[in-house]
Amino acid sequence: MTDPISLSVVDAAAALRRGELSQDELFTAYRDRAAADDTNSFTWLADDATTALGAREGLPGTDTPLAGVPLAVKDLFCITGVPTASASNLLRGYLPPYTATAIDRLQEAGATVLGKTNQDEFAMGSSNENSAFGPVLNPWDRTRVPGGSSGGSAAAVAAGLAPAAIGTDTGGSVRQPAALCGVVGLKPTYGSVSRYGMIAFASSLDQAGPITRNVADAALLFRQMTGPADRNDATSIGWAGDGGSGSASAIDLPTAVRLDGVRIGVPTDLLGEGIEPGVRASFDAALKLAESLGAEIVEVTLPHARHALSAYYLLAPAEASSNLARFDGVRYGNRADIGDGGLVELYTKTRHDGFGPEVKRRIMLGTYALSSGFYDAYYRRAQQVRTKIVEDFRAVHQDVHLIATPTSPTVAWGLGERTDDPIAMYQADVTTLPQSLAGVPAISIPCGLSDGLPVGLQLSGPAFAEQSLLDAAHALEGALGFDGTAAFDPARGAGAATPGSATTGGASR
Amino acid sequence: MTAFEPVIGLEIHVQLATRTKMFCGCELVFGDPPNTHTCPVCLGMPGTLPVVNAEAIRLGLMIGEAFGGELAERLVFHRKSYFYPDLPKGYQISQFDEPLVSGGRLGDVGLERVHVEEDAAKLTHAGASGRIGGSTSSVVDYNRGGTPLAEIVTLPEIRSAEQASSWLRLLRETLRQLGVSDVNMEEGSLRCDANISIRPVGDTTLGTKTELKNMNSFRFIEQGINAEVARQIRVVESGERVQQETLHFDPRTGSITSLRSKEGSHDYRYFPEPDLPPVQVPAELLESARASIPELPLQRAERFRTELGLHEESARLLAFRRALGDYFEATVAAGGPEADRQQIANWIGNDLVRRLDAGEDTDPDPAESKVEPASLAELVALVGAKTINRKAGEKVLDVLVAEGGTPGPIVEREGLAAIGGGDELRPVVQAALDANPDAVEKLKTGNMKPIGAIVGHVMRETKGRADGGEVTRLTREILGL
Amino acid sequence: MIDRDTVLHVATLSRLELRDDEIEPMARELSAVLDHLETIGELDLEGVEPTAHVLAERSPLRADEPSPSLPREVALDQAPDASDDGFRVPSPQA
Ligand SMILES: [Mg+2]
Ligand SMILES: [Zn+2]
Repeated sequence: MTDPISLSVVDAAAALRRGELSQDELFTAYRDRAAADDTNSFTWLADDATTALGAREGLPGTDTPLAGVPLAVKDLFCITGVPTASASNLLRGYLPPYTATAIDRLQEAGATVLGKTNQDEFAMGSSNENSAFGPVLNPWDRTRVPGGSSGGSAAAVAAGLAPAAIGTDTGGSVRQPAALCGVVGLKPTYGSVSRYGMIAFASSLDQAGPITRNVADAALLFRQMTGPADRNDATSIGWAGDGGSGSASAIDLPTAVRLDGVRIGVPTDLLGEGIEPGVRASFDAALKLAESLGAEIVEVTLPHARHALSAYYLLAPAEASSNLARFDGVRYGNRADIGDGGLVELYTKTRHDGFGPEVKRRIMLGTYALSSGFYDAYYRRAQQVRTKIVEDFRAVHQDVHLIATPTSPTVAWGLGERTDDPIAMYQADVTTLPQSLAGVPAISIPCGLSDGLPVGLQLSGPAFAEQSLLDAAHALEGALGFDGTAAFDPARGAGAATPGSATTGGASR
Repeated sequence: MTAFEPVIGLEIHVQLATRTKMFCGCELVFGDPPNTHTCPVCLGMPGTLPVVNAEAIRLGLMIGEAFGGELAERLVFHRKSYFYPDLPKGYQISQFDEPLVSGGRLGDVGLERVHVEEDAAKLTHAGASGRIGGSTSSVVDYNRGGTPLAEIVTLPEIRSAEQASSWLRLLRETLRQLGVSDVNMEEGSLRCDANISIRPVGDTTLGTKTELKNMNSFRFIEQGINAEVARQIRVVESGERVQQETLHFDPRTGSITSLRSKEGSHDYRYFPEPDLPPVQVPAELLESARASIPELPLQRAERFRTELGLHEESARLLAFRRALGDYFEATVAAGGPEADRQQIANWIGNDLVRRLDAGEDTDPDPAESKVEPASLAELVALVGAKTINRKAGEKVLDVLVAEGGTPGPIVEREGLAAIGGGDELRPVVQAALDANPDAVEKLKTGNMKPIGAIVGHVMRETKGRADGGEVTRLTREILGL
Repeated sequence: MIDRDTVLHVATLSRLELRDDEIEPMARELSAVLDHLETIGELDLEGVEPTAHVLAERSPLRADEPSPSLPREVALDQAPDASDDGFRVPSPQA
C-alpha cells in the first residue's frame, strides 16, 4: 500500500475510516520521522497517540471527521498535562490543567496530538529565531529561517514530520512561515476560532489557523476548529459563514477548478519597494494563471496599508506588554533565584531571566506606548490607523471579491541575517499586517520558487469569506501544481545537500 | 487665624451579591479554606480569558437606577496595570472612561460614578518562612480574587467626618435593601477610602487631596478623617504644603502613615480590554434591573413623613432599618385608622428596640420577638386612651417581650388600669393636698414647683396608676388656680 | 528619542531588570524602532474614531452559574513556591 506519510489529511482520514490504515500505524510513522527531525521543529513529542489526550478519556474513534489523524500543535496551545511553554524559558516545563478550545475541538473531531511545535517566544518574531528551544531550520534549506512565529509548525508540515499543524497568526505568523516553507496557511476571520487556551500575544489580533500541504486540508481543519461561539471566550463568535449561517459544517471542502466571475484586486500600495524581483515574478505569473482560470484582475488601493506596520508594532506590543504581565513567577512558570530579595526582585529578576531579548524589547515598546503622556501619540493613534485600514478594506471589497499580494516580500533568508536588525525583521510582515489589523481572513499558498525557495501568494477576503477564499485558493493550487511534498526528505528535496540551490520537486511552471 | 473646612469625597468598593466571580464560574464562598475556589481564569493562567458575569452588571445597574444615575448603553472594560501578588494577571479588569453609571445622588451627597470591576485576592503575612536568611514571606489566597465589585465614587460634597459616616450608613442600608450586596464591613464586602483636602472657609477651589485607605468600620472612618483633617491643618498652618499621597490610618495608635508608592510610580496604563470587546448592555438586563428596585430607605422615610405623619427623626430611624420599618407598618395596619402612628413609632423606636437590643452591631428584628404587632397597637391605644398610663404601659411591654400575649389580660392581672378621671381620683388628690399644707401655700402663690410632691403622693397612694397630667388638672381645679 | 532615564522608567513599569550593559542597547533599539514607526505621525487622523477591536457588539455575557473550581492541589501544582494552602511570595512589607 502507499506510504502513509504521503497522504494528505483528507486522504489519511478517509483511509483510517475505511480501515485501510490504523491510527497507531499512522501515528507511529509520523512519530518516527518527527523523532529523527533535524529542523528543530518540535519542542515536545508524544510517546503515542494516547499521551496528549488532554482531559479526554480515550482515543477518538475512526468514525470521526479526522479519524485519528495526528497533528503538530504550536507550543502556545495549552493542553492538559502537556508541556506548554510558548517557547519561553519562563514557562519551560509548565503543565496546564486545561486544554485550548481549538485543540479540544480538533480532538473531539478525532485528531490526535503528535507533538508541540517550536515557535518564536510568545509568538513574537518572523524567523523563529526567538525561541528558548533554539531556531528552526527551513526544510528547503537548512541554513535559512522557516519564517515565524509558527516556524516549527510550517517546517514540520513542509518536512513531512506531520500531516498538518496548527499555528497562530497575529500579524502573519501562520501565513508567512507557510509561504517561506512552501505550504498552505490559513488565518481565519478574527473571532471565528476560539482563543481560549492559546497563550496570548496580542488579544485583538491573535487567531489560530491550520498549516497544511494543501487547501482542502486547511478547509477540513478550519471546519473542525471553528464552529459555535466558545462560551469561554468573549471574542469568539464562531464562523458566521458567507451566508451568515453560523454553522460549522457550512464550510465545504473546496472543489473549484475555475475562477470564473471572481474579481481579484491587487493593491498597488503594497507592491512597492521591498518586494524581491523573484517573488514579484512568481506572484505575477500566478496572477496570469488566475486570469487564465477566468478571474478578473484589477488594481485597487489600500491607501493606509503602508501604515499598517507602524500601527501593528505599536498595538501588538502594547497588548503584549499587558498580556505578559502575568508571568511573575508566583502561580506557575519559573521563578528566578532571588535569594533574600523581596517582591520587586521576584518580579524583575524572574522576568529578566525568563524572557528573551525580543520579548523584552516588545514589552518595553508596548509599555512605553501605553504610558502616561505617550498613549495618545502612539497607542490611540495606532488605533485610529486601524480604523482607516478597516475602512480601506471595506471600500475595496465593494469592488472586488478577493485581494492578492505576495505573502512575504522575500523568500526565506539566512539564519542570523536579521537578528540584529529588528526593523528589517519587522518588514517581513509588511504584506500580512493589513489583513490582521482589519481582522479579515487570508490564506497563503505556494505559488512557485525563486532561487529554489518557495514563494507564497496571499489571498484575502472580507470577514467570513473563508469559503470563497478556500475555493479560489483551491482552483489556483490545482493550476499551479506545486508539489507539497518536495521538501520531505533532504535527499529528495533541495535543501540539505546543496543549500540555496533547490530546483527539483517544486515547480512554478 | 484662618478657619478651614474639610472637603471629602468617598470611594466605596462593594462586593456584589452574585453566586460566581466576575469573569469565571468559580463560586463565591466566604471563609472557605484558601485557594479552594480558583480556576485557570481567576488564577490568571496563560491563555485563559474573561467572560462577563451578567448578574454583576444587573446589580451594578440596580445601584445606578436606585441613585438616579445615568446608565451606560455600552459595556466597556479597561485594563488597569500594576504588579502585586494579589493581582494574578498583572492588571485589574475595570472600567475607565465609560463607567456603568454616571452621576446620581443619595441623600445629601452627589455621586460621580459607579463602575464594576474585579476584586484582588487576599495576601496573608506568613512570618518567617524558614528559608535561607530568615526572610519573611506572604501567602496568596485567590478565593476572593475576581469577586465582582461596584466602585461607588462620590462628589467631594462631604464636609465632616460625621457626615461621611452617617452618609455611609445610609449607603450601606440602601445597598442592603437593594439586595445588591451583603455590605458586611468585617468580611470586607464594603470598603471605604476617603479623598480628603482642606480649604479656608469661603474658598471654592479644591486643595491638594490625600487618599486615606481602607477604613474598615464607621468608627475608624470618623477617627481617620478627623485625624487627617487635623494633620492637614497642622501642615498648612506651619506654612507647608499638603502632599498628594496615599495614607493609611492605624486605628490602634490613631496615627497616619504614608504608603510608600510602589517604585514611585502610579502609571496604570489604562487601555481598552482587548479580551472584552465593547458590547451593548442587553435590554433584558436593563429592564430586569429597573424592575427589581424596591422602595428604598429615603423614599420610605419620605412616605412615613408625608403619608403617616411621622416626625423626620422617627421616619428616618424606622425607614433606615428595614426590620423596624416593616414592623412599624404591620403595627399601624393592626391599629386601624384610629391608631396614633407617631406614638407607635415612638414605642417601637425607643421602648421596644431598647428591650430587644442584642448588642452593639446587631440590629434587632421585632418581628422575631414575642410582641405581636396587634398587641403593640393595642398597648399604644390603651395608653392613648389613658386606660393605663405610660409607666404602666412600659410594664405591660416588659411582660409582652418576656411572655407574649395581649395587653388586656396583662393590665387586668397586674392591676395596672389607670385610676379614672375626676370622680375616682379627686378624693386622692384632696387627701394629698391636705397632707402637704406647705406645698399648697406655695401653689396658691402661683409657684408650681411643689406640684411634684403632690403627684408623688398620689402615685404612692395609687401604686402608680394615676395620670400625672390629671393630678395637676385636679389640683388646679380644687385650689381654684 | 528614548534616553537612558526613559528606558529605566519603562523597565520599572514593566518590572524588567535591565543590567547596566543592557540599558544603552535597549535605548538605541527602541529609538530606532520608534523612529521607524513615526510615519503614523504624518497622517491626518482628526476626528477618526479609534478601533480597539474589530469585533464590536458581539461579545456575550455569562449567566451567573457556578462551574467547577480546580482542586487545590491542582491549583497549586505549578507554583514555584507553594505552602500547603497557598502561593508563597516574599512579603511586601519586607
Ligand atoms: Mg477600584
Ligand atoms: Zn475562577
